Amino acid sequence: MDYQTPTSAEDAARLLSREGAQVLAGGTDLLVRLRAGMASPAMIVDIKRVPDLRGISHDARGWRIGAATSCAEIGEHAELSAAWPGVVEALQLIGSTQIQGRATLGGNLCNASPAADSVPALIAAGAVCEVVGANGRREVPVEKIVTGPGKNSLARGEFVLGFRLPNPPKRSGDAYLRLIPRSEMDIAVVGAAVALELDAKGTCTRARVALGAVAPTQLLVEDAAKALVGTSVDDAALEKLASAASAACKPIDDKRGTVAYRVKVAGVLAKRAARIARERASAK
Amino acid sequence: MAKHHVTTTVNGDSVEFLCTTEQTLLDVLRDELFLTGSKEGCSSGDCGACSVMLDGRLVCSCLVLGVEAEGCEVETIEGMAHGEHLHPLQRVFIEEAALQCGICTPGILVAAKALLEKQPDPSETEVRFWLAGNLCRCTGYDKIVRAVLDAAAQMRAGAASSASGKSSIGNKPATARA
Amino acid sequence: MNDMTNPDVLARHLKIVGTRPSRPDGVDKVTGRAQFGADMYLPNMLTGRVLRSPHAHARIKSIDVSKAQALKGVKAVITSADFDDLPSEFIPAGEMMVNFRDMTRNVMAREKALYEGHAVAAVAAVSEAVAAQALGLIEVDYEVLPHVMDVDEAMQPDAPLLHDDMFTIGVEPTPAKASNIAKRVEFGFGDLEAGFAKADVVIEREFTTKPVHQGYIEPHACVANVSEDGQAELWCTTQGQFIVRAFCARLLGMEVSQLRVKASEIGGGFGGKTVVYLEPLALALSRKACHPVKMVMSRTEVLQASGPTSGSSMWVKIGATKDGRITAGDALLKYQAGAFQGSPVQPGAMCAFACYEMEHVRIVGFDVVVNRPKVAAYRAPGGPIAAFAVESVVDEIALRIGMDPVEFRLKNAAKEGTRAPYGPKFGPIGLVETLQAAKAHDHYKIPLKPNQGRGVASGFWFNIGGETCASMHVGEDGSVDLVVGTPDIGGSRASLSMMAAEELGIALEHVHPSVGDTSALGFNFLTGGSRVTFSSGMAVVEAARDVIAQLRERAAKIWEVPVEEVEWLDGRANFIGAGEPKSLTLVELAKSAGKTGGPIIGNAAINATGAGPSLATHLVDVEVDPETGKVTILRYTAIQDAGKAIHPAYVEGQMQGGAVQGIGWALNEEYIYDKHGHLENAGFLDYRVPVCSDVPMIDTVIVEVPNPNHPYGVRGVGETPIVPPMAAIANAVSHATGVRFTDLPMSPPRVLDAIDTEQAA
Repeated sequence: MDYQTPTSAEDAARLLSREGAQVLAGGTDLLVRLRAGMASPAMIVDIKRVPDLRGISHDARGWRIGAATSCAEIGEHAELSAAWPGVVEALQLIGSTQIQGRATLGGNLCNASPAADSVPALIAAGAVCEVVGANGRREVPVEKIVTGPGKNSLARGEFVLGFRLPNPPKRSGDAYLRLIPRSEMDIAVVGAAVALELDAKGTCTRARVALGAVAPTQLLVEDAAKALVGTSVDDAALEKLASAASAACKPIDDKRGTVAYRVKVAGVLAKRAARIARERASAK
Repeated sequence: MAKHHVTTTVNGDSVEFLCTTEQTLLDVLRDELFLTGSKEGCSSGDCGACSVMLDGRLVCSCLVLGVEAEGCEVETIEGMAHGEHLHPLQRVFIEEAALQCGICTPGILVAAKALLEKQPDPSETEVRFWLAGNLCRCTGYDKIVRAVLDAAAQMRAGAASSASGKSSIGNKPATARA
Repeated sequence: MNDMTNPDVLARHLKIVGTRPSRPDGVDKVTGRAQFGADMYLPNMLTGRVLRSPHAHARIKSIDVSKAQALKGVKAVITSADFDDLPSEFIPAGEMMVNFRDMTRNVMAREKALYEGHAVAAVAAVSEAVAAQALGLIEVDYEVLPHVMDVDEAMQPDAPLLHDDMFTIGVEPTPAKASNIAKRVEFGFGDLEAGFAKADVVIEREFTTKPVHQGYIEPHACVANVSEDGQAELWCTTQGQFIVRAFCARLLGMEVSQLRVKASEIGGGFGGKTVVYLEPLALALSRKACHPVKMVMSRTEVLQASGPTSGSSMWVKIGATKDGRITAGDALLKYQAGAFQGSPVQPGAMCAFACYEMEHVRIVGFDVVVNRPKVAAYRAPGGPIAAFAVESVVDEIALRIGMDPVEFRLKNAAKEGTRAPYGPKFGPIGLVETLQAAKAHDHYKIPLKPNQGRGVASGFWFNIGGETCASMHVGEDGSVDLVVGTPDIGGSRASLSMMAAEELGIALEHVHPSVGDTSALGFNFLTGGSRVTFSSGMAVVEAARDVIAQLRERAAKIWEVPVEEVEWLDGRANFIGAGEPKSLTLVELAKSAGKTGGPIIGNAAINATGAGPSLATHLVDVEVDPETGKVTILRYTAIQDAGKAIHPAYVEGQMQGGAVQGIGWALNEEYIYDKHGHLENAGFLDYRVPVCSDVPMIDTVIVEVPNPNHPYGVRGVGETPIVPPMAAIANAVSHATGVRFTDLPMSPPRVLDAIDTEQAA
């Protein structure tokens, strides 16, 4: 098994175009699969030395997070945490403190687990990926990356360089909640993210609702968002939101949860996340 | 396929080793450098028994490749004491019976040290969530959490680490925390 | 033999016993220096790996190892052909029985693979990579057979049959047809019909529990080193080096003294390391290759192929009067043994009603094989499972008659003189004291909020004694080496040296304990059954008293006085006869030992009897999220009778550790198999043991009702803590939700489903 450490995005893309080449960022998914015999790439391409892969910056367009920045580092960024608390709390739920020291947004997204914790929150926030490959760079909304369990829409040789989040509008808030059987360490049985914007009177003007672990990919649930827009996010609206969230689910029975459970709890968590998002928006 | 030649720093010492791509940092620490204090409990990053510090970050060494250590600073349990002076956490763990079989202890000590370096006055909840990635099957975590909180208090008060690890007689009531 | 009884042990002024000194192995454990099973490296060492069956049930038609043997770097390959077939023979091992015919087949499959993960071959090679490659070259021809995973299904007459020579023992007449039911047991006395007739309230319920693994963080590991003349050394993580020696010698056709076994530090056992898996394989490979061979299990292998405890299907019926007296109890316990007979249904049946004074009681148990890994002991084997059922029904009865659950138990509690359901009368036991402590505890008074519930449960475990040796050597400078034969899994070296120092009257720091290998001492039964502080303690005390007797004789010789006029007190020999007082310290006597008769060594070789049961009562408060079914443990109090707590911190540690294992068992731990009999959660991600943030502080109360048969009143404490938690938590969740829970684990999907079903009804 070969190991390469390219120092430019172009070199990385070129190496990744080869048959059997695999990206290594944080390694918290890849090394588990290697040890379990579920992956045996011919070449590991460690992209952590590529410039722009690490670090957080802010400009007029918004926030940019290098795709191989560790979750621990992102969580320590006070301004980003204040701007997008839902995104940051979501990515901080991935694994343990030790996992946080290595795990990355790029890996969490491209590994394409339907239960990935950071993805619903990124989708709700309207995040966009910077993808680089042999054919240059492009921007892709996060919700277009995962196409099925373990499958993503990147072409051979492409990888994610960074994530862009818009500047959060005034009076907006986001939140992510997940249901796990224990208090930590589990893969989400259900994940729900809500990002919303209120006007001066407290009426919701925009919303995005994303669910995780209840379908082969994360779901951006437009009906759930519609249930909130034009309302004060009151209990009646939240009930409609919950029903829409439950209706959108296409889950499976597996070792972590049943279909019935996921459908029900998706509604419960969507409601609770919406309440938190509303409170965060009102506080601004 | 030829092995990689890696130069790194372990517990302050410059170290070189050869490893294959597949060998994890844990494999290398144990099988090449004979630093067996870091333990293998699961090989999947779920138990924390292999915890080390990598460039100042708490990580599972079973989830880092040996080659990735090139040019890095690695700190393991073997580097926690200074000569015969135990770190306050090590001393308090013994005094407060915060270990039974001891297999999880190196990982927990490395993790706890990382916590106290970042947050010298953690709450019980903060300690518990920080240590959620370190499984212990013997103690039920109670005495571990109390020992971390007590060591933190002692470190804040500037108590010097004990001169040696000799046994001490006496009751050490744990700090009561909500 | 010395009188080991303990008049007034609680009134004695003890200097060391009962305090909390640092443990002697503490520094090695906090610095990473301590050597566990996988921490041994020998020159010329090979790596051993096991080939495991991918099928839950299959006939092995042939195994072709030729390609593996031919691979460069492979030094030995073994299959069942390398082990003799052994006849059926039951011997005790800890608290379970083992059968050599079954053991041979469990360590290496012979005719059949009986569970996914069952070892079918093994290789030793120059590296991990070559060993893995070699496994891929072994060709096994399997005939896949239908499998059965559930105990009730396995008992059906048309169930797939695991062993065609299994005819149920304990049934009259012996069945003519083979089945999966290995054994039937029955305990009890009285007239059930009469008893239930007297009852105002009768409650019967069915229960199921899933298998759970002991969950030790250290996987099985060993290094075997056999030389060309057959002398063998084995380093392994184990609860019993003498047991490993006995089993491996038998399996490999060696004399026991030909094999020296050294126990490494052990990273958790809980009963699961009282059996052998890799050790005979490593020895066989080493014997063939004439190199040391190291074998370590991965976590996947630990979960696929090492013993969990049984899953079960149970029925319990209890009758009581409306003023709270139990009139009769009846239980049917069906436990899965895994692929070979030997579930702990017998001790489970014995313990089920042991907390109560029963006039009419019957417990019937069945030991049933299924296509899962063979079960091994897990902390009070069999007891927690039965207690879950009985303590839940007791709770329901108390609720039905409107009586406080602690009061109900006080009214019926077993005491000294109570006849146990399995026959003998109890000596002094401390159940009542634990119940009174529960009633008086602040925990019991804390008001509960909506969606919260409080649960109570009591528990019992027998504890065992057994063959134990200890040796105490007084060094030339008066410092003392203490050699024991029982591995230290919970801090026992501390307690044992404390008892030694207390007896000798010297400071603890001059006593240096170690766990000897099998050549250092006579046979020691394993660490288990909560026996070490009791049995090794007793042996240490006897060895110390042997040393003291010799020290008095040496002083008498020096002073030329009769030995009866020499007393030993506080580390000194004192002349107490007529004339000038004289005194010599242990250090002085040690220095002159060479001149007064030679080195001073105390030995003990005993079969410790008189182990006292330890009883407990646990209190737990939970909160249940009614919309997600998630259960949070709010507060937990464990109250237990330790007889006498030698080192209170380590007694507390046992109580807390057992309680948290019980929390995991109650809420989230289970084996999840797919329909092909493949384990889906063979890792710590989805085999969900409690993490630090899952549990609160575990408050502990130690009560002391001394065991009259031990010099310090000790009762083993290690196992009882895991007996009450599942019932206590199930009772709490039932009170929080208004729904009775009879199936474990109470994971969120199950809890929510039960709440929703109840609401719909």
